[in-house]
Amino acid sequence: MTEHNKTDGLAPGDVLVKNDIPEMLISDTAAKTAELRTIEFDSHKLNFGPQHPSAHGVLRLILDMDGELVRRADPHIGLLHRGTEKLIEYKTYQKALPYFDRLDYASPMCEEQAFALATEKLLGIEAPDRAKWLRVIFAEITRVLNHILNITAMGLDCGAVTPALWGYEEREKLLEFYEAASGARFHANYFRPGGVARDIPQELEDRIGNWTQEFPAWIDELEGLLTENRIWKQRTVGIGIFTSEQALAWGFSGPCLRASGVPWDLRRSQPYDNYHKVSFKVPVTRQGDCYDRYLVRIQEMRESVKIIEQGLAQMKAGPVKIQDPKFAPPPRAEMKRSMEALIHHFKLYSEGYHVPPGATYTAVESPKGEFGVYLVADGSNRPYRCKIRPTGFAHLQALDELSRRSMLADMVAVLGSLDLVFGEVDR
Amino acid sequence: MGDIVVNPEAEALQGQIGAMAFTLATSVPGIYSAAVENGELVVRTNRETFLPLMTFLRDDSAYRFEQLMDLCGVDFPARAERFDVVYNLLSVSYNRRIRVIITTDEVTPVPSVHQLWPVATWWERECYDMFGVLFSGQPDMRRILTDDGFEHFPLRKDFPLTGYEEVRYDIETRQVVKEPVSLTQDFRDFDFVSPWEGMLTLPGDEKAHEVRQGMKRARG
Repeated sequence: MTEHNKTDGLAPGDVLVKNDIPEMLISDTAAKTAELRTIEFDSHKLNFGPQHPSAHGVLRLILDMDGELVRRADPHIGLLHRGTEKLIEYKTYQKALPYFDRLDYASPMCEEQAFALATEKLLGIEAPDRAKWLRVIFAEITRVLNHILNITAMGLDCGAVTPALWGYEEREKLLEFYEAASGARFHANYFRPGGVARDIPQELEDRIGNWTQEFPAWIDELEGLLTENRIWKQRTVGIGIFTSEQALAWGFSGPCLRASGVPWDLRRSQPYDNYHKVSFKVPVTRQGDCYDRYLVRIQEMRESVKIIEQGLAQMKAGPVKIQDPKFAPPPRAEMKRSMEALIHHFKLYSEGYHVPPGATYTAVESPKGEFGVYLVADGSNRPYRCKIRPTGFAHLQALDELSRRSMLADMVAVLGSLDLVFGEVDR
Repeated sequence: MGDIVVNPEAEALQGQIGAMAFTLATSVPGIYSAAVENGELVVRTNRETFLPLMTFLRDDSAYRFEQLMDLCGVDFPARAERFDVVYNLLSVSYNRRIRVIITTDEVTPVPSVHQLWPVATWWERECYDMFGVLFSGQPDMRRILTDDGFEHFPLRKDFPLTGYEEVRYDIETRQVVKEPVSLTQDFRDFDFVSPWEGMLTLPGDEKAHEVRQGMKRARG
C-alpha cells in the first residue's frame, strides 16, 4: 500500500479509495488531527485472512498478485502466540504437560507424547509395557482424528461439503474414546512422563476393537466421495507440486514429505514406545501435489487402524505408570492408609520431581509430521528451556515456494493440503 | 516394574553415533567437542568455522544431513557469551541426527544458514524475535511471532513472565492502548530448594548457624 497526496497519475491497476468511514466511528482525536488523505491501494496485493474460513485459523496471508496468479505469498503469523515456551519455563514438568494439548488442538495426544518421552529420557525412566501400548493406540486414534479433520476440511475448502458432515460424526466416536480414557474430549493430559494417567477399562478396549472393524468401510465411503471425484481431482492434481529435494530442503516431514517420494516415517526409522512391535506400511507417493498428500493421509488412516488392532491384541494387563512414587502418584486407596504415600503425593504435586541436568531433542511422528521437543534441564524441578519444534511452521514457510505462479483458488487447496493448525505454528 | 523391552535397533545405532563422534572430533577442523550426550550426538563449534562445517555436514557423502529440523536459542545470562544457538540436523539417508551448538552474545551475529537450508529463514527470524540473536547474511530479519511494535526479547531469562506491557481496547479513544502491567496479585514464584537437601541455613536461623559452623564464637 502506498500513501501520498496526489490523485493524478494512477497506474491502470490501481484503485482510488476514498475515506468512507462514518464520522461517528472515527475517534475524536483522530477526527481532529487527521487531514483528509487520498490512499492509493495497490490492487495487486491481496489480504487473505486472518478471518478467512479456509485460512484454518488465524493466518494472515499477503498475496502479491499478478492478475489471478500469485506472484508472492507472505504469511504473517503470530496472531495466536501465547508464549507457551516461556510459560513452561515457570512450571514443573507435570504442569507443563497440559500446554502441549493446546498446541496442536487437532492432535493433542501426539504432542503430549513428545514431551513425555523427552522428560523420560532425561530422567532415565521407562514407561511400563501396557502404558506404551496405550500410548501407541491413542496416538493412532489421534492420527485418524487429525486426518479426518484435515481431509474433510480440505474438501470443504475445495467445495465438497458432505465429507465434513460425515467426518464430524466419525470424529465424535473417537473423541468419546478420548473422553472415556482421560475424562476430556480434547485437552486430554493423558500421556504423562512415566506412563499414562490411568488405565482404560476392558469395555473401552472392546469398543475400540469394534470401531476398528467398522472404520475401514467408512474410509471406503469417504474415498467414494473424493478419490475419483472429477471436481476434486481438478482442484488437487498437479497443484502445489514439491519435489523430494525441495521437500527436504524446506524441512518437510510427515505426510507432506512422503507425498514427495521420501520414504521417511519416524515410527519406522526411529521407533519410540512400542512402534517397533507392530507391522505397518508407510505409504509413499511420487508426485508431491495436493492430491498425493490426500492419498497418503487416506492410506495412513488405514494403517493406523491396523496398528490399533495389533496394539489391542498384544496389550496385556499390568501397571500403566512407573511404579516409583517419586515420578508417579501412588494409588488413592493407599494414600488413605500410608503416611508415606500421602507425603509422596503431596511432594509430587507441589514440588514435582527434579530432572538431572542435560538436554535432549526428542521427536515423534505426529499426524502432521515431525513434532520435536528440545528440552534443557538444569537439575531443578522446572525445565530450563523447552523449545517446541512445530511441524506446520516449516510447512507454512514453504507456502510461498509451493504456490508461486499458481492461481488464487489453488492457494486454498495448497493451504488445506499442508495441514496447518495455528495453535502449533504460533505456539 | 513392568518388563522393560529395549528396542533392538537402538544399540546398533548407539555404536554408530559413538564412532561418528570420534571421527568428527578428530578429523574435522573447527569442532572443539563432539560427544554423545543422552544418546544424542552433540557437536560444539565456533562462529568462524561454523558455515564450512555446516556445508560439510550437508554435502559430504558420509554425513548427508539433508534436513535442518530445528534451530533455537538457549539463554545462559551468567556466561560471557550468553546465548547457545542450537541446530538439530537430520539425515534421512542415514537415519541419523546431530546437534550443532555455537555460542554468541547480544551483538555478535551468527552466520545464517538459509542458503544451505531455506527453511532456516523462519527459524532464524524466530530466534531473533525471541532472544535477539543476530544472523549475518539473513535478508529477512523481521520479527515473526510477537505483536506489532513489540520491543523486548521475551525468551531471555531477564524478561519477566508477566511482561512489561499489557494491551486493552480503550472505549474513550476508540483504539487499542498499551499500559504497564498491573497485577492484582503479585506473580508467585516459589523456589523449591528443600531445607533438608540444599539449604544449610534456615531463614531466621542465621546466627545459630554461624555459631555452629565456628564462624563466630558464641557469646558467653
